[in-house]
Amino acid sequence: MVHPFPLARACSRLLPVFLIVLVASFAIQARASEPVRIGFMDPLSGSFASIGSSGLTVLEFAADYLFNSRGGILGGRMIEIVPLDNMQSPTETQIQFRRAVSEGLRIIFQGNSSAVANALNTAVTRHNRRNPGQEILQLNYSAVDPILTEENCSFWHFRFDAHAVMKLNVLTDFIAQNEDIQRMYIIGQDYSFGHVVAETSERLLREKRPDIEIVGNEFHPIGQVKDFTPYVTKIVASNADAVITGNFGADMVSLARSIMDSGLDIPIYTFYAAYDGITATLGADGKNRIRLVHNDSANPIPTEERKQFYRDFKAAHPDRDVTQPRLAMALAMLVQAMEQTGGTDPYELALALEDMRFTTLSGEEVWMRGSDHQIFQDLHVSVQTDEGIEFDADNSGFGLLTEYKVPAEETIVENRCEMRRPRR
Amino acid sequence: MPEVLVFATLNGLVTGLLLFMLASGLTVIFSMMGVLNFAHASFYMLGAYFAYSISLYFGYWIGLIVAPLIVGVLGALVERYGLRRVHQHGHVAELVFTFGLAFLIEETVQFFWGADTKNYQTPELLNFPLFTLFGQEFSAYRGFMLAISIGIFIGLYQVLTRSRVGLIIQAAITHPHMVANLGHNVPLIFTAVFGVGTALAGLAGVIAGPVLTTFPGMALVLGSIVFVIVVIGGLGSLPGALIASLLIGLLQSYAIAANVGMPELLELLGLEFPPSHPLDDLWTLDLAQIAPTLPFLLLVLVLIFRPAGLMGKREQ
Repeated sequence: MVHPFPLARACSRLLPVFLIVLVASFAIQARASEPVRIGFMDPLSGSFASIGSSGLTVLEFAADYLFNSRGGILGGRMIEIVPLDNMQSPTETQIQFRRAVSEGLRIIFQGNSSAVANALNTAVTRHNRRNPGQEILQLNYSAVDPILTEENCSFWHFRFDAHAVMKLNVLTDFIAQNEDIQRMYIIGQDYSFGHVVAETSERLLREKRPDIEIVGNEFHPIGQVKDFTPYVTKIVASNADAVITGNFGADMVSLARSIMDSGLDIPIYTFYAAYDGITATLGADGKNRIRLVHNDSANPIPTEERKQFYRDFKAAHPDRDVTQPRLAMALAMLVQAMEQTGGTDPYELALALEDMRFTTLSGEEVWMRGSDHQIFQDLHVSVQTDEGIEFDADNSGFGLLTEYKVPAEETIVENRCEMRRPRR
Repeated sequence: MPEVLVFATLNGLVTGLLLFMLASGLTVIFSMMGVLNFAHASFYMLGAYFAYSISLYFGYWIGLIVAPLIVGVLGALVERYGLRRVHQHGHVAELVFTFGLAFLIEETVQFFWGADTKNYQTPELLNFPLFTLFGQEFSAYRGFMLAISIGIFIGLYQVLTRSRVGLIIQAAITHPHMVANLGHNVPLIFTAVFGVGTALAGLAGVIAGPVLTTFPGMALVLGSIVFVIVVIGGLGSLPGALIASLLIGLLQSYAIAANVGMPELLELLGLEFPPSHPLDDLWTLDLAQIAPTLPFLLLVLVLIFRPAGLMGKREQ
């Protein structure tokens, strides 16, 4: 049979080809300008919302300030931060992880609660094993249970914060220098991180200062204690002259408040007793009493570059603080990995991040160890005070002043990770 | 040890009486309307936040008076325009309504005040130690909390048992139709009781905010424990609520103070387990570690052995 309109027939055959070419060219164009979407999974509602939302503000600001306002990354693509509210519950984390997968997110920032980080780590590892080519990268900026880079270490997990044992090493070194401390009381939340703090402090103090007596080692349920006064009564009765705690959020404020209300004038060594209203609430009572171990000195800030970052952040968010400067560092390292690999493939990014050496806004050189994906950076012990503070917390006039600094190379701990590396 | 005992008792009393201010409102509301108000602790939180905001402009003492009033009015409005409409659909609907309300209030608080801990401080006037015993200070503010809570209990008890209003309320609890037939406006009584109950919760929030920290999770921390008290004390019983509040306050306080636990118990029994034992976590558990969960254990025990609660009159 002869087709009556040969030309039309040829055209109709070619039409799908045209269409495909057309769509494909649009797709490529769209890809070049489509944003790089990065998930941020942390509590944005519920009891722990303050920590999560302040982290989100810092990350969003860092993305805009460092990259989007300077023409984007990867030849003009913008960074878009996608908030995923996990309410700091491992169950909700699974649900949000599913959502992230279905939305096509390939990179997830997560920081709060080691229990959640562990749950996410398991979910990510399982997902990546079952869905080759669809892998997801977990960037942990704050969960400090050592297990995440030791027994449970994963190729897909990177930690941008010193873990609890590294921090306690620095903290106990500092405590060991103080001859006045003879009796130490340890109190913490009854979960993985609290236990790590308790066991490690006890072990390290015994090594460094065998003369210090541990007069109390107490756990309390996390987020359940209404009033810490009964615990403080025990601290007073034990004649302790210093306290170590890994508490965060309301548990930290309540504990410190109760200690101060009881008239007990002893130093409190902590991890998380600043910002998000805590510094303002403790105020003058916390002066020269509250000490924190952390990275990135808050006062003095060593470089003009980071000072400007803080000032511009304050201008954009007058009620907030740069609570976790390492979020900006983690993002900048990720972007460097993207530029190096020329894309956003998690496997390639992971390879690029391994053994990356990076100079932060503070001018410090940090190292992401390839064998366990643990970062090493300068660590500081700071005190809450209102003297010599250029950048305060909670607009309270009080802030953190560095008293003791340990350079990155002295914080390096032994690698205990036997990593299962994916094959490609 | 005596110093620990004295302070544990004082701490237990402060906590217990604070809990009573919440539980009293909840239990009276329950006995009148038959509904467990899940949002009760949320009104406690609202009290703290309102008082915080007011204290920024007018000082603590104005907040102490005004904040509970605002919370009370809010509570009355919730009853009048929310609960009463839902009431016709039965108790389950009411329960779900208050459950939703609790979440709504928490999110609203975060929306307006943010998620951060609020810098709500005790007033200057009470910023001194009331007395110092064995090297530990008991702050004047805690004494003030004790005084307010005791005052509230006495006042509430007098009103409910001695006054005409109290008589009508008591009658409305058991015989609402008869009271209505006698010409009293029963729905109005309900609204008023709900308002006063939430105002009490608000007052508890105002006085607890500065010491127990004002943050969006404060309702959650206290919410569950208040239910435990109401159930243990016997639903609807005011003296029961008082006894249960003190019982739980003291129980927790003593449990934390006591330096005993499984290791001591095992020693007493002459048993020993190696640290590598699979149940090592259990063998090393001490009482202080589980103190905040003890009330829930008590709840389960009371429900098994005395389902009506300590002073409850509920018929089976």
